[in-house]
Amino acid sequence: MENPKIAISDLNLFIGKQHILKNINAEIPSKKITVILGPSGCGKTTLLKSLNRLTDLNTDVKVSGSIMIDNEDILTTKRDITDIRKKMGLLAQRPYPLPMNIYNNIAYGLRISGRKNKRFLDKRVEHYLRQVNLWEEVKDRLRDPAAALSIGQQQRLCLARGLAVDPDIILADEPTSALDPISSQTIEEKFIELKNNYTIILVTHILRQARRIADHVIFMYLGEIIEQGPAAQIFENPQEEKTKSYFQGMFY
Amino acid sequence: MNIKKIEERFFRVLMFCSTVIIATTLMLIIFSILYKGLPSVSWEMLTSTPKGGFYFGKGGGVLNAIIGSLYLSLGATFLAFLFGLPLALYMNVHLIKHQKLVNGIRFVLDLLWGVPSIVYGAFGFTIMIFFGIRASLLAGIITVTLFIIPIMVRGMDEVLKSVPRGLLESSLSLGSTQAETSYRVYLKQCIPGVITAILLSFGRAIGDAASILFTTGYTDYIPTSLNQPTATLPLAIFFQLSSPIVEVQNRAYASAVILVTIILIISILARVFSSKFHKNKINF
Ligand SMILES: Nc1ncnc2c1ncn2[C@@H]1O[C@H](COP(=O)(O)OP(=O)(O)OP(=O)(O)O)[C@@H](O)[C@H]1O
Ligand SMILES: [Mg+2]
Repeated sequence: MENPKIAISDLNLFIGKQHILKNINAEIPSKKITVILGPSGCGKTTLLKSLNRLTDLNTDVKVSGSIMIDNEDILTTKRDITDIRKKMGLLAQRPYPLPMNIYNNIAYGLRISGRKNKRFLDKRVEHYLRQVNLWEEVKDRLRDPAAALSIGQQQRLCLARGLAVDPDIILADEPTSALDPISSQTIEEKFIELKNNYTIILVTHILRQARRIADHVIFMYLGEIIEQGPAAQIFENPQEEKTKSYFQGMFY
Repeated sequence: MNIKKIEERFFRVLMFCSTVIIATTLMLIIFSILYKGLPSVSWEMLTSTPKGGFYFGKGGGVLNAIIGSLYLSLGATFLAFLFGLPLALYMNVHLIKHQKLVNGIRFVLDLLWGVPSIVYGAFGFTIMIFFGIRASLLAGIITVTLFIIPIMVRGMDEVLKSVPRGLLESSLSLGSTQAETSYRVYLKQCIPGVITAILLSFGRAIGDAASILFTTGYTDYIPTSLNQPTATLPLAIFFQLSSPIVEVQNRAYASAVILVTIILIISILARVFSSKFHKNKINF
């Protein structure tokens, strides 16, 4: 692969005595949607979180190997971890809006990076809310608590909030699993739009969703990568038995 | 009737009885305080310090104890908050990956919570003797602070630890530092609970007699500096109640009415204040 955005080599991750990620080697293409597939408990979330080192928050984690992002190994870098995290927006399985109003949810990331000018913030808040098709729904109640939004709206708010810190990468862990079909569709369409400017990594259990939007696929099983490659190749012509049976719905 | 129904009914009756028993006991306490105390609450009681013969049922009031109690408990609550909030946040944000250590701290705080306040009083007294300080408002504030810190920290800790991991991860992935996560996200999410913890500690601080018996002393005057001994309502109640004179005894109940009213007013103010923040809390 030419100039992958992220290159993971020999990544091993233990929590306590449990070997959760085993010899992960993978390359993630820039400005494409990479979908991570695999049955429940195979380590998709853990792999995703190790990319912005949220796995550091676990007791007793041991990580070895390297994760190169823009030619910098984020596991050993001397740079501040918050700088690395700012490069990646995170969308979780269910929305976690910040305990503040809608406006401040978006402005938060900008404020902590020192952007405090009111006019600038107003503009940016509107821009990002428009980007996730939320502006029209909330423009008259920007000062209402984010808690008052529906789950689908909250998830779009979380996407907008992540985009507002100007990342290059979007990490999404089953971002539509708690959403209604319409909100899910909005998020999917946004992802397709956003891949022009962002590298997107999406974990999903929904095979049809993966087929719809994936450019690149990583299939995991019990902590290992079984197969990876361009979406067309993996979906049309999987090489491994495990991948085949997963696609046939033999296990989830 | 099957077993399930019997079980269901048993627990319903049990809950009903407990509620009734607790409610009536509380009502009885409040009623007896009001019944004996209210007739003796007067303007003079609230606005003047003891005059000559006060302790034999003559004129004067407990203003010295009201002011003293407010100084003491507000001072101690403030100090405990100053140290307690950062500790509680630190345990739940910075030490998130050191759960064993955090559980150790919780265990120690729970032990300290269980230590009777008279022991804190004795400890404070020993320290005072060591440094040659006499009974004073300052010594009292420090002793009471030590006594309520475990209550305050554990109270805050209980709400902070219910913040879901996802919110922490969201905040960090936006590039927040742990301190920003603590004060801008965790604190905002937990303000109602934090205020409850402060109130709980304040209630303990203003209501406790044993920890201040040796450390704060008692005086008929309103303190003008931290180095002076200070009267407090719990001790006012204690001294007046042990008097053989009926008028003085009734004043003890009147002082109790005043104490309860102060707690009530502060609680209501704090609730009104906290409801302003309540709306931003996310219900996960
Ligand atoms: N904090 C932890 N401590 C111990 N084990 C953990 C921890 N987090 C995850 N695991 C284990 O690591 C393995 C992978 O978990 P992970 O959450 O990454 O799976 P997943 O592929 O995302 O599953 P799902 O599709 O159900 O979300 C599981 O076996 C899980 O039990
Ligand atoms: Mg997962």
